[in-house]
Amino acid sequence: MRSADRPLSPHLQIYRWQLTSVLSILHRAAGVVLSAGAILLVWWLVAAASGAEAYEGVEDFLGSWLGLLLLFGWTVALFYHLCNGIRHLVWDTGHALDLRSVYVGGWVVVGATGVLTFVAWVAGISRWVS
Amino acid sequence: MQRITAVALVPLTLWFVIAVIGLVGADLETVQNWVGRPLPAILLVLLLIASFYHMSLGLQVVIEDYVHTELAKLGLVIAIRLLCFAFAVAGIFALLTIALGTTS
Repeated sequence: MRSADRPLSPHLQIYRWQLTSVLSILHRAAGVVLSAGAILLVWWLVAAASGAEAYEGVEDFLGSWLGLLLLFGWTVALFYHLCNGIRHLVWDTGHALDLRSVYVGGWVVVGATGVLTFVAWVAGISRWVS
Repeated sequence: MQRITAVALVPLTLWFVIAVIGLVGADLETVQNWVGRPLPAILLVLLLIASFYHMSLGLQVVIEDYVHTELAKLGLVIAIRLLCFAFAVAGIFALLTIALGTTS
């Protein structure tokens, strides 16, 4: 059977947006963003090993508006993927799988992501200013 | 291994974020001294290994879900595996260069 002949499941647009599916998609998206962040980490290390000129290039980029925006996005993605990853690990043990826990856990993850991102940037900026 | 690396990455990433905040505004020499110290060096190596392992497994799932041509799927999965390995090696090598004081 060619793949085109297979019966299709309903397309994504059919479904109403809900917290569970949105968070699930975001977990994946955050993972992809973090992949780019991991490459950034390697670039930073290689530059630090290569000497002043290369390191200045990284510093200039990360200090620019685009660099700061990427760093901010990376922080949000990191904290979200971290918190939601812990939620997944809890599920793997067979706990918190009922509908109410799934929603409560979802909102806790959203809240924790916001708080952690805020705390990290306040700490970083106050460090920068001092 | 997706889950084992996930467990490892919880403390490692939290440590990394706190450490990087401590390095905000630091010059190259400070960064090199920090990276060269045993504890940060070891934790960074572990972070690189766990991250790129976790990343290759995660991206493989994404590709398997969205790429439907067998050949393209196979090619992309192999490419991602190799790239993740290469990036991890590059990061660890750079780190060792700094830690062993052989920076050019």
